[in-house]
Amino acid sequence: MVKQESESANRPDNTAFTQQRLPAWQPILSAGIVIPGFVLIGLAFIGIGVALLVTSRSIQVLELDYTGDSNGSPCSSCSQSDIANCKCSLNFTLTTLFQGPVFFYYGLSNYFQNYRRYGASKDDNQLYGDLSSFTSPSSSCSPYNYDSSKKPIVPCGSIANSMFNDTFTLTRTVSGTTNNVTLDGKGIAWWTDYNIKYRNPSVTPLKNAFNGTVKPINWAKPAYELDASDRSNNGFVNQDFLVWMRRAALPNFRKLYRRIDASGDYQKGLPAGNYTIDITYNYPVRAFNGAKKIVFSNVSWMGGSNEFLGIAYLVIGSLCVVMSVVMLIVYAKFKFPDEE
Amino acid sequence: LCYLPLDPNIILTNAIKTSKYNFFTFLPLNLFEQFQRIANAYFLFLLVLQVIPQISSLSWFTTVVPLILVLTVTAAKDATDDINRHRSDNRVNNRKVQVLIDRKLRSEKWMNVQVGDIIKLENNQFVTADLLLLSSSEPLNLVYIETAELDGETNLKVRQALPVTGDLGDDIEKLADFNGEVRCEPPNNRLDRFTGVLSFAGQKYSLDNEKILLRGCTLRNTEWCFGLVLFGGPETKLMQNCGKSTFKRTSIDRLMNILVLFIFGFLAFMCSVLAIGNYIWERNEGSQFTVFLPRLEDDPAFSSFLTFWSYVIILNTVVPISLYVSVEIIRLGNSFYIDWDRKMYYARNDTPAEARTTTLNEELGQIKYVFSDKTGTLTQNIMIFNKCTINGKCYGDVYDYTDTVDFSFNPLADSRFVFHDHSLVEAVKLENTEVHAFFRLLALCHTVMAEEKKEGELFYQAQSPDEGALVTAARNFGFVFRSRTPDSISIVEMGKQCNYELLAILDFNNVRKRMSVIVRSPEGKLSLYCKGADTIIYERLHQSCSKLMDVTTEHLNEFAGDGLRTLALAYKDLDEEYFNQWIQRHHEANTALEDREGKLDQLYEEIEKDLLLLGATAIEDKLQDGVPQTIEQLSKADIKIWVLTGDKQETAENIGYSCNLLREEMNDVFIISGNSLEDVQQELRNARTSMKPDAAENSEFLPEMDKGVKVVTDEVVNGEYGLVINGHSLAYALEHSLELEFLRTACMCKAVICCRVTPLQKAQVVELVKKYKKAVTLAIGDGANDVSMIKAAHIGVGISGQEGMQAVLSSDYSFAQFRFLQRLLLVHGRWSYLRMCKFLRYFFYKNFTFTFVHFWFAFFCGFSAQTVYDEWFITLYNLMYTALPVLGMSLFDQDVNDVWSFQHPQLYVPGQLNLYFSKKSFFKCALHSCYSSLVLFFIPYAAMYDTVRDDGKDIADYQSFALLTQTCLLFAVSIQMSYWTAVNTFFVLGSLAMYFAVTFTMYSNGMFTILPSAFPFIGTARNSLNQPNVWLTIFLTSILCVLPVITNRFLMIQLCPTINDKAKATPAPPTRRARIRRTSSRRSGYAFSHAQGYGDLVTSGRFLRRPALTRSSGFTHAGRTTTSFSPMGRSAGYSPTGRPQNNKVPDVEVTSLQMYRTITDSAP
Repeated sequence: MVKQESESANRPDNTAFTQQRLPAWQPILSAGIVIPGFVLIGLAFIGIGVALLVTSRSIQVLELDYTGDSNGSPCSSCSQSDIANCKCSLNFTLTTLFQGPVFFYYGLSNYFQNYRRYGASKDDNQLYGDLSSFTSPSSSCSPYNYDSSKKPIVPCGSIANSMFNDTFTLTRTVSGTTNNVTLDGKGIAWWTDYNIKYRNPSVTPLKNAFNGTVKPINWAKPAYELDASDRSNNGFVNQDFLVWMRRAALPNFRKLYRRIDASGDYQKGLPAGNYTIDITYNYPVRAFNGAKKIVFSNVSWMGGSNEFLGIAYLVIGSLCVVMSVVMLIVYAKFKFPDEE
Repeated sequence: LCYLPLDPNIILTNAIKTSKYNFFTFLPLNLFEQFQRIANAYFLFLLVLQVIPQISSLSWFTTVVPLILVLTVTAAKDATDDINRHRSDNRVNNRKVQVLIDRKLRSEKWMNVQVGDIIKLENNQFVTADLLLLSSSEPLNLVYIETAELDGETNLKVRQALPVTGDLGDDIEKLADFNGEVRCEPPNNRLDRFTGVLSFAGQKYSLDNEKILLRGCTLRNTEWCFGLVLFGGPETKLMQNCGKSTFKRTSIDRLMNILVLFIFGFLAFMCSVLAIGNYIWERNEGSQFTVFLPRLEDDPAFSSFLTFWSYVIILNTVVPISLYVSVEIIRLGNSFYIDWDRKMYYARNDTPAEARTTTLNEELGQIKYVFSDKTGTLTQNIMIFNKCTINGKCYGDVYDYTDTVDFSFNPLADSRFVFHDHSLVEAVKLENTEVHAFFRLLALCHTVMAEEKKEGELFYQAQSPDEGALVTAARNFGFVFRSRTPDSISIVEMGKQCNYELLAILDFNNVRKRMSVIVRSPEGKLSLYCKGADTIIYERLHQSCSKLMDVTTEHLNEFAGDGLRTLALAYKDLDEEYFNQWIQRHHEANTALEDREGKLDQLYEEIEKDLLLLGATAIEDKLQDGVPQTIEQLSKADIKIWVLTGDKQETAENIGYSCNLLREEMNDVFIISGNSLEDVQQELRNARTSMKPDAAENSEFLPEMDKGVKVVTDEVVNGEYGLVINGHSLAYALEHSLELEFLRTACMCKAVICCRVTPLQKAQVVELVKKYKKAVTLAIGDGANDVSMIKAAHIGVGISGQEGMQAVLSSDYSFAQFRFLQRLLLVHGRWSYLRMCKFLRYFFYKNFTFTFVHFWFAFFCGFSAQTVYDEWFITLYNLMYTALPVLGMSLFDQDVNDVWSFQHPQLYVPGQLNLYFSKKSFFKCALHSCYSSLVLFFIPYAAMYDTVRDDGKDIADYQSFALLTQTCLLFAVSIQMSYWTAVNTFFVLGSLAMYFAVTFTMYSNGMFTILPSAFPFIGTARNSLNQPNVWLTIFLTSILCVLPVITNRFLMIQLCPTINDKAKATPAPPTRRARIRRTSSRRSGYAFSHAQGYGDLVTSGRFLRRPALTRSSGFTHAGRTTTSFSPMGRSAGYSPTGRPQNNKVPDVEVTSLQMYRTITDSAP
């Protein structure tokens, strides 16, 4: 017995792995699977597509451009002057109720927040509240790391420096009287940005942390004075600042400005009526053919209005069905050619 | 006296060093070697680019992590190899051996042994260095050695010391006083030859391989021996043979290199496009955007220059660093499958298949030409003495094969020997002179060694099995070869002990194709006995036997027709005076250092003439199991099989039929046997005309030019043809003017048999096909004569059988039976090829797709070299997220299982035509990537454009978009697998799971808190992967990437199905066909065994003693006359190199070995 074992000492093991007999599944592209499969996928896609499209259509969107390119448009005078805090206003009328909750966005186009060096121009450590980065901002912020007198800029970098600084107020005119529509600016940024990613240095008062630093060149106010009305909305955890710092992926984008406060008359949204937006026009975009707009929108379970997904699902679904028919024809033709 | 080495730098000791590095040099040396690889160097270059802040578009770690990983894996492998080498070096260097120092034997480490030392070896010890054998315990100064470590052969070989040194015996004093000078060839790697001269006591003695013990041999059956170290350590033949294996590359390798270059070009093209885009953008848009993004450089041209390099960094993933490493791993894995395959395991001698080279697997799936040896490859190389013709009478031709001859009259008979014809025994018993002479010749003329462990129990060790068969036959018929010494052969002739004095062995070699012995019978008669290939013998016969020749020829043809191996036997009586004069000249020739072999050949030629024919033997050579079936399968797979054999034409043709190579239903079998260039040319042309009448018109056939290399294209002919070409015709056909003609004709035939070919011609034929055909060749053989062919072919396969191991040692794959070839090619080769191609296609696809998305994104980010993905994803994509699935695919994928592969050998054809991976399919897969990347970029783009989360917050931000695209990408590439075993599924799902696990970890609060700047994507996964539209987008892109592929494939199956699709469409074969083990009725035949005999070895001492003429005293007279000169304590002194000692041989290089150990304080 021992001898026999030693005689076949080199015999390879008989396992499914070594003998390459692992059970396996591979998709067999037979007509019986592919054609019904395509029909099923097609139908499912059409179903999803219809649902998405209907949902997307149900979302109300109101877009108002206020760049002021063309003469006669409300903000044309502001767009052509360099006056700070130039005021202009925009009127619009709602004929039906704008279903709440209503979100107030500002939109920019042809604006390259996704430009590499723009995106890199910030100091994460500084924004995390690291005081050492206050005194010596990262070189990635260059040329916005030190001002002309070699004082460190806080927050440094292009993104912060170019923070959107137009402001808006919304009023509704009901039978001659104008009422301010309350805009809610709380919690418009990501929770993680507000609570973790951005942090003020733990110095009280906050102002002291900024000793020896200067505000970004384009800013009117230093970071610790961004929101006079709410002390907790200052420094790096200012909601508007956070929204701006989350840079957009594409050159045309919109960012959340405010929510319409769902209280009083506005519980259900914006009721029909005449509205005015008063704009403090500061942000220059005409130099690079940019455009600015104001967007009101509500949302659904699938987020904001986007018809593309619904249409894409519908088209692909239909294509699948069409292809299944084509395949059926081809299959029938080539499967039984000899029987004729 | 004081002798100094001529060159103090010469390595004196026996220490060997096979390791490459030591502790300190490892890092620099290894890194230096690794950066010589283009891919690694390229990544180093990228790293440099990344350090430049203006260019750096990616963090350094995206390149460093993969680079370090690749370098570490390779370095770890190199380090382990080197540690093992160090260990074995140490083990070897620290072995102990007894060295003669200061007139005493001392135990020394191997590494301290020096050239010129005298050492004592004992039984079963390894030989320490290349030694000149001085003396031994055995009679006649013989030693037995096993050379398994050198050439793999396990049979015992004999070496014999010069009588003059043999007399030293084990007398330490005498040995210590031994003072000779050896001049020899410089160190080289030829194991089978050695040339040198020993000058000792005023005499010169020729030294050849028979007196040399090579390092690596093992001493057997010898109590002790003394040897003089000639070459030590790195200069030994064993070490000279190390590490000089030629590196074979596969066609996929070459294609891959071309593609990598092409990819570099493509990369440059893409970067240029983007740089131009950047130039335009900077001029039109960027220059106005400066309010928010100040320019660092105002010149758009400079900016576009920087952008070019930035994009080189970003798009580097088209040149995947892990490609080469992955390819090696896949090949290794697939090689293991070959080692593990039980269906290629031969139980009878416990031999599994072995992939000795792990880098050629996919080439096995592309073989177009198989060149096969016959002996031991197609046949079993088990020889059976089957028939013979003696003096015109044929024996063994009987009808009743159940009746066997009773050999009980002979107590020494081998019971395994079977013979059917009683008349031959009768003839022996009747003391027929010719019959007796016939068997006496068989018992005397050979180089077999006999071992008689117990009285009457003989065991023969034969160089070739047919020699063994012949000696065994003679033994059974009453002429028992009992034992031999270098000077004598003792046989038992019909029960009577006879001692023949052995005067010379004229050994066999491939050119001579015959061997002779010259013996003096007990009666004192001098005779020469010769056996050899019939044609050779016939040329040397005396005219008087012309009649016998005719009859014997008839018999020979009959034998050949039956596929038997034949040898003609002849003898001649010699004149004493002539012989003495001949042997004198023989000695001179034998001690010549120049053209020794040529001179000997001439002498042999002179004495081997006017022979008298005795008869001929016929030996049956059995076909191996399953050979005809294998050949049939292979030819169904469109593999062309060329058999290259040393046989005569008839036997070769015959075996061609018996193993299904030539078939009765073939339209024609052409035989080319012309004896001049013109004849051969005419015959080849005629053959071609009859195959393809219009082909002959363009007699000036111009091969297609392909990049300056001529390529002969395959020509289609109607019907099946075979071609048989003779050795001498082949010599003409291989001449430059005819080689194309020959190749063209041969390639039109289904089967080609070349007979009577020499080993060199075998290699030439392979080279010819390799040169002019864009096809992959495989050579399979088992013997030393196949080595050249095995090395020449793209893939060499060795049969690990009886005929030694040389073929196996130089082969890439080895197994025990020819029939395993079909499994190696049709199953393993096909799978390996398929897997490699699938791997490459998939690998390029996934990397191109990955990279192209960046290209599209460039148009939307101002060509600023912004990446689409998170940097960590870029780092880990190839290393972690897609590594295992792709590995799983390339280790487990099977399009059809092995049973189907056998059922449909045609499935092999796509490999030969390079269909699965070529430039075209590479281009296709680039297009596919292009499509996928468009889907993967624009669907998320459109789906996220202007949209928000369901709570109104941002989702079209850069980080969410990056996460979305990379998730889409990973899903899209992961689900495009076509073969799902449990392991594959685990790998794919595991990788996806790992992706999510890693992503959530990287984007977690904790990681961010530790290193804020390294993990800026915090929260992205949480905030975007909870959105339904994100998942709807992922689903849509994945489906969109897959559906066109399925549609396309489905339609292709319907419209123009490939062989593969057709095979799959047929119902699955229920069970494997029962393997038929049939013994063919037709049998093959051969002329002679190929290996060179070791006749010289056993007799060499003899020739040296001849000039002394006092036959028995030769041992004693020289030994004592050592000089009194013994300045050094340690062993033999040599004279300095420069001293002109041997003016006769100015051409022989004096080796660097003549160095002299001096112990300085003992020198006056």
